[in-house]
Order: sequence, then structure tokens, then C-alpha cells
Amino acid sequence: MTMWLVSGIVFLAAWHLSAALLTAAEPAERTIDDVSRRVVKIFGAGGIRGLYAYSTGFLVSSKGHLVTVWSHVLDDQAVTVILHDGRKFEGKILGAEPQLDLAVLKIEGDDLPYFDLDSASTSGVGTRVLAFSNMFKVATGDEQVSVLHGVIAARTRLTARRGAYESPYNGPVYVVDAITNNPGSGGGVLTTADGQLLGMIGKELRNTQTNTWINYAIPIGELKPVINEIISGKFVARAERSDDSANPRRYVPVDFGLVMVPDVLFRTPAFVDRVLPGSPAAKVDIRPNDLVLFVNDDLVQSCRLFKEELGRLEAGDVLKLVLRRGNALIPVEMPVEKKAESDTDKSRTRNGKNKPADEDDE
Amino acid sequence: MNIPSLRSPIFIACLGLLTLVVAPRTASAIDPAVVGAEGQRVSVVAHVSPTVVAIFSPGGQGGGSGVLISADGYALTNFHVTNGAGHFMKCGLDDGVLYDAVIVGIDPTGDVALIKLFGREDFPFAQMGNSEALQVGDWAFAMGNPFLLATDFHPTVTFGIISGIHRYQYPAGSFLEYADCIQTDTSINPGNSGGPLFNLAGELVGINGRGSFEKRGRVNSGAGYAISINQIKNFMDSLRGGLVVDHATLGATVATRDDGSVVVTGILEQSEAFRRGLRTDDEIVSFAGRPIRSVNQFKNVLGIYPKGWKLPLVYRRDARKQEVFVRLRGLHRQSELTLNQRPSRGEDPQPAPGQPGRRPERQPGGRRPQPPQNPQRPQPPKPPDHLAKFYVERPGFTNYFFNELERDRTLKGLAAFGDYSKETGVWKISGVFSENNSVPFELTLSEKLAGLVLDGGKRNFVQELNADSKFEDEPPASGGLLLALDHFRRLLVLGQKGFSEFYYLGSEPLDGVGSHVDVLYCERFGARTHWYFDRGAGMLVGFDTFRDDDVDPCEIRVDGRVELAGRPFPESLIVRSGDREFGRLKITGALLGPPAPSPPDSTDKKTESKPESKPDSN
Repeated sequence: MTMWLVSGIVFLAAWHLSAALLTAAEPAERTIDDVSRRVVKIFGAGGIRGLYAYSTGFLVSSKGHLVTVWSHVLDDQAVTVILHDGRKFEGKILGAEPQLDLAVLKIEGDDLPYFDLDSASTSGVGTRVLAFSNMFKVATGDEQVSVLHGVIAARTRLTARRGAYESPYNGPVYVVDAITNNPGSGGGVLTTADGQLLGMIGKELRNTQTNTWINYAIPIGELKPVINEIISGKFVARAERSDDSANPRRYVPVDFGLVMVPDVLFRTPAFVDRVLPGSPAAKVDIRPNDLVLFVNDDLVQSCRLFKEELGRLEAGDVLKLVLRRGNALIPVEMPVEKKAESDTDKSRTRNGKNKPADEDDE
Repeated sequence: MNIPSLRSPIFIACLGLLTLVVAPRTASAIDPAVVGAEGQRVSVVAHVSPTVVAIFSPGGQGGGSGVLISADGYALTNFHVTNGAGHFMKCGLDDGVLYDAVIVGIDPTGDVALIKLFGREDFPFAQMGNSEALQVGDWAFAMGNPFLLATDFHPTVTFGIISGIHRYQYPAGSFLEYADCIQTDTSINPGNSGGPLFNLAGELVGINGRGSFEKRGRVNSGAGYAISINQIKNFMDSLRGGLVVDHATLGATVATRDDGSVVVTGILEQSEAFRRGLRTDDEIVSFAGRPIRSVNQFKNVLGIYPKGWKLPLVYRRDARKQEVFVRLRGLHRQSELTLNQRPSRGEDPQPAPGQPGRRPERQPGGRRPQPPQNPQRPQPPKPPDHLAKFYVERPGFTNYFFNELERDRTLKGLAAFGDYSKETGVWKISGVFSENNSVPFELTLSEKLAGLVLDGGKRNFVQELNADSKFEDEPPASGGLLLALDHFRRLLVLGQKGFSEFYYLGSEPLDGVGSHVDVLYCERFGARTHWYFDRGAGMLVGFDTFRDDDVDPCEIRVDGRVELAGRPFPESLIVRSGDREFGRLKITGALLGPPAPSPPDSTDKKTESKPESKPDSN
């Protein structure tokens, strides 16, 4: 009798243990392997001034379409894309939607493992998730990308107010409790514990007020229409940011003979690339590689802000700039001449959800 | 207290009972499997918690974590935790007691240190697991003392998954390379350094030591790195031997070609790899049994082995594959590793010359590196008197006390040959030498001369054995058989007194493929011998004699025992050099002459030409 009881307990104990182990075995190795095969490592521009030259992407077609974040890494005409098995491809940029922080690339592959966007999932708070990315460029060649685990902490809108999170994207996001958004993580994937695609890991975002970093992913549903448009060739890029719509855009740098460096970063420093001969800028001896620091006594921290300031000028104003050249600060002044008529509202190609940024206070 | 295996039936039964007890108390809505998993986790954590060490430097200026691996108090931690703490430290355990500890051995390149705690003979200790069996996605948990929070020494537990395996992390400065390491999303914070990473069974699989820290500051960033326990196992005996252990280089540089193959881009002509035929443009196919498809994989293999180990290397040239065995060269010069002679350096290694400045602050040690205010390292507080004897300073060693311990243990294996200490005269050994055919040989070994006569005088070889003698490859292609046999005679007659240097080197797989053997090292007049002792019976199974740097040694393997002059003696000596067998000496007779009138040469130390004593530098 005692014997029976003991073996019964042992049996029950063993049964409990196996059940426990089954739960504990999650996330399954197979899931991780399946997802990792669809994630790629991207190497491109950067590598200087603290800008990292790598990011992550994921395949969305068997023919080699892949999705990643729009960033300076894509500043090169072509980037290097490395598949899970170490195969190396040249990736060409098919299209990008900076407002979604989204870019679609194409590699010349065939029969590749990919995520079917139509079967991408959505999930609520508390869902167990896995995050896959090549953060910190830890993996090279055929090495597997990094995998993190966590839960969805919130589904919310990314507050894109200037001064908090400086991101062009202000739509819904999954906020997760794992440290998913690191250098190079952007373009990685967030999946459920069983490997269903939920979202694309976004760029690193720091709250400039609290100096904290947010870990988030953009739901695939937000990206899917544009991804499909880019792939099918129907996409028309929105030329300018929506919150520029209030800007009268009366003057642009070239009106003064200034050609600025390409505005690829969210905050590209306002470096002068070229100065047109005979232009007002040439007359006051502005030179290539000068950095614009102040416009009419206002600090400008990026090409975008510089352009915004120019847009607000009116004929008859005096444009005062403070430039940094080497270690010297150089003030210059130029008269703002009356312009010939031009189409200033060429920006809006579509309406709808791209309303101005949320103005709620936190 | 040895902890029973977590996989034992008793443990499983207890666990089941625990689950049964817990289940009814919790709400019925909770899946019993979840409750069970939690119960298992809780009991595993409770089980290993007593093995976790909170390490404090005696001055109280910082610390880190560690983990006990033996009942007599040996514990693993990071080199960057012990470096700067002095030779003695204080260690807190889960029981709330603060124990004294002494440094035993360090691996500055691998960022590992071995310490020994005092005060108990029954320390709870962790079972070492197999880090090679880890898979991405496996649960893992870290324990330790992050932010030095636990004033009662109860370790902090953080839980996560394995995020990556076989990761390569470049050296921070000239040291602290994390090769073939484990990446985890378990929180690794300052103070976690040196603490254990456990698998879900509570087995020790790694030592946490590093994180990817960038702009978010020196806190967990979701990417922590642990040194794999399998790597540490390779170095363990050298660490127990109180050495400053060094990592290895092949003597060749490699690069990945566009087709994904890894090819040799440069090779040192002094390296054994070169002597075994490896050349520029050869493709590395596999190394130490692992396929090589990237430079990182190559560095991963190199990074987990100590210098001096022999490893199989397969290379391809013109579509032909070739397998060779190569002995690895040391990565650093001894002087580079002699840490107590680095007063100008802070606790963080500086970038090596010619290396781009790397961010050095990547170790989450509890101590912030401080630039040294004056060139003298502050003197650590004096150790307790009863512990002072456990630290013996000697250049080239972390703690010579522990080397003597291991050396004397290994030397006991010589007793099997009986007492030769009185046989200081001329030895005449005869037998049959076979290479292609068999001929009689007569070997003469004396204090100043070694000679070999083959085939009744048709071939004669001789080697002088003075301080200024040039050690030759005599007989040719043997690698220096006569010198090797002289070392053997000296070992039997004089023991360690027959050499200017004599110490324990650690363990290695014999010839790169065999079982692990203990290695003793000796040096005389610049020539060196490694003695290999079987780890079971303790018998001498062979020895390699290096007459010079950068030449193939004479490798002798001992086969069988024969009774000669009333004492056991090796029956056969199999002689190899490079990648070919030189021949076999089968011993049939020995005549040990009367002691020489003058006392044996005991002045080696004075006549030794090498100025600095140092561990093996081949």
C-alpha cells in the first residue's frame, strides 16, 4: 500500500515536472530558428562620429524584398545585406517613407524564407514577445542575430512632440519591457513567443526631457500598406514632413546660393555642401563645410530647422548667420531679395492620418 | 557539502511534492504547469544561492561577484574584479558570513580569476555544466551582487534567455578578449561581474563579465556576455597552479574572402603552423574540430585554448585537404602579463600600441576605474597573520604557493620509478632501436655528456651538456633526443633540483587528442622539457624537450615498464619530432655506474644564463 502511494506520488511528481519543463522550454528553439532565418544583417554608411554603420532588416518576399528602418545606414547607394546563412547580397533601396521610419530594400535572391505580411499578427498588453535584431553588431557572417524576450508593456501612440521623442513617426507602437532598441536594432522584428510577426523594432529614441530611452516596435499593420505600395511601384513619396505644412516655405537655401549636405538623419547638422558661384552666399564668402549654427540669433541644430527658418523669411529681411569654420565663428549678413513667383505648396501628396503632431502635455 | 545532482530522482520527487503542495493554495485559474515551472525555478535558485560569492576588496573600495566550484573553497570570478583588490579579499556568502580569500590564479586575457576562500572545508559549490549544450532561447539566470546592493550577501537573481552563442567580443584594450562567449538578455549590471550564469538545471554555464554599454550608461542594455564554462575548464588547472595564464595565437593571420572562405593572409615563419606546412592563401577548413567559416569563428576557437596546447587544423590548398597538429604560441610576452609590474596602468587595460583607441569601460565591475594618482599602487591592507602563508610572491606567478601545491602533487607520480637519487654516476642503457629496421643501441648518459651508439658503432652521436653548449638536433631529425634523455636522467636522479626552473604548468590533452595529462615544466641552460603525467595513476606518460625556441621539440612517449637493476624503468621510448616518428628505443639492459667523485651539478641557478625566470615561453 505504502509502495503504491509512494510510486503514485513519484509518478504525479514526474508528470508535474514534465509539464513544468514544457512551459519552461518556451520560447522554442525551433521558433527562434524559423524567425532568425527571415532576419538579415545590414551594413551601410556610417562608422564615423559615433554613427553606427549597421542595422537589421527582415525579408517580406521570397524574391528578396526586405524591410528596415529609414536611417543614415541607407545613405549609400547600395548596402550590404547578409542572410542568416552568411550569404552576402547587395541591397538596393526601392523606396522609403521617412514619416514611418520605413525603407524597403531589394536583393537579387530567389526562394528565400520570408514573413508573409498578410498573416502578421496583433497582440495586447501582457503578451510574451521575442525581439530579434543585430544589436551592437554582435553577429557577423552566418552568426545568428540576438534574441531577447519580454512582454508587451503598453500599446500606445508614440508621442512625437518636439522636445520629447524626436521621431517623425507618431503612430501606435508596442512598448516592451525588454531592452530591444539598441544601436543596430532598428529594422529587427518583434514576434509573439511562437514566432508570429508583430512589428518592426524602431530606431533608438531618447526622451530628451527625462533622458530615458524607450523600447518600442511599430505594428506591421501601420507599415503594410506602404510596404506593399513600394513593392508594387505605386508609392509616391511625401516630399516633406507633415508638420512643415504650417511653414510658408518662402525661401530655400539655394535662393542664397547654398547647397546643404543631404538631409539623411533626423538631425543632420546644417553643413554647407557647396556654394553656387556668384550667389549672395559666395559674395559673403561662405564656404563648403561651414556649419550653420545660428540663423537670426536662433540656434539651428539641423538642416531641417535651418530650412524651416529660411522658409519663414520675408523679402526685405536681413539674413544673419553665424557659421563655424574650423574653430572660428564667423558672422555673415545677406539681404533677403524678393523672389520670383514659385509654387511653394508642392509638398502634400496625400491627406489623412498625417496630421500635425500631438500637442498634449505629458 | 556536495549538492546532489538536480536531475536525481529524489530531487525530482521533492520538486513534484512541492508542486502538489503549492498548487491547491494558488488560484485554480493558474495553469498547474506555470505553477510547476515557478516552483522549479524557486527551488533551483534556493539550491544554488549558497554557492554565490560577493567579493569585496579589503579596502572596501569596490567589489564584484563570484561562484564557488569546490568544497575546499575555490571560486571563480573575473580578473577585472580581483585586479586592484590586492592578493587578499573578503567574500560574503548567502549565510551572511564574511570569509577571507586569497588570489590563486589569473587569466588576464580571458578575464577570469580563481580565488580560494578559507574558513570551511564544506563550502557549498556549484556543479559545472556543459556550455556547449546551450541553445539560443534557453532560459538562464544570473546571480551576484549588482550595484553591491546586498549588505547581507544574499545574491540578487536576474532571469532571462540565452540571446546568442559563440559570440566574439573584441579585446577591451590589450586584454579582456571575450571569445566564444555566451550572450544573454538576463540583466548584467555593475557588480554582477564575476558572478555565475546558471542554466535552468542550476548548472554553472558561464561567468558574467561584460555588457554592451554605449550611450545609455554603464547599466544593463539587454546584451550581457558570459565567459563560457567550457573555456574556463581548459584553463582551470593552470589557474589552480597559481599561474598568470596566457592565451594563444596560431602565428598566422586570417581573413574572410568574398566567397565566405577563411584564408591565411600572413604567417610567422617561426610558428609551428608554418613548419607543418601552412602557407599564405591556404584556406582554413576546420580548427580544433570546428568548421571555420568566418574570422570570428577562427578567433572563437583560438580564444578558448591556453598557449602550448596542440590542436588539429585542417587546411585546403589546390582542392587538397591536409590535417596537421599545431602547438599554439603564447599571445603575450610574459612581461606583458606580469601585472604587478604595471604600476602606470589603471585598473582598465589601455589600448595596445598600434590598436585604435577602444572604449575601455565595458566591464561592469563594481569599481569605476580611476586614473592612478601616483605611479605607486596603494599598498593593500595586510592580510590576517594566519593566512599570510597562503600567498607566495614570485615573478611570473599569481600566487606561487598554489603552484608548489600542484607541483608536489604531480611529482608524486615519479615515485613509481623508485629511488634514483643515489645514481649520480654514468648510465649505460642498451637495447634495440627500430626505425625502418632494428639495430642495437647503446646510450651513455653522464653529467656532462650524452652519447648514442647505433648498430655497433656504425653511427655515433654525442651532445655536450654544459652551460655554453649548443643543443643540437642529435641524432638528426629526432628533435634533440640526447638532450631529452639527459633531462629524463636528471629528473629521476635530482628531481626538481636538477633544473633552474621547475613548476606546474596545468593540464592539456596529450598530443591534442588524448586524455588530459598534468604538465610539469622544467628549464636548464635555456632548454625546456614538459613532463606529462597521467591523471589517474599519476604515471609519467611522456615528455617533450625543446632545445630552442621555434624548433620542433623531441617528443618521447613512454610505453610499458621493465624491471632494470631492481627498479622499474620505461620499457620502450617512442621518439617523434615534427610530424614524423623518429624511431623506438626498446630497453633491455641498464648499467648504472658508481657515483661520480664530484658532487652533482647543483650550481645551475648561478650559471643559468637567462636573466629572468619565467613560465614557458615556447
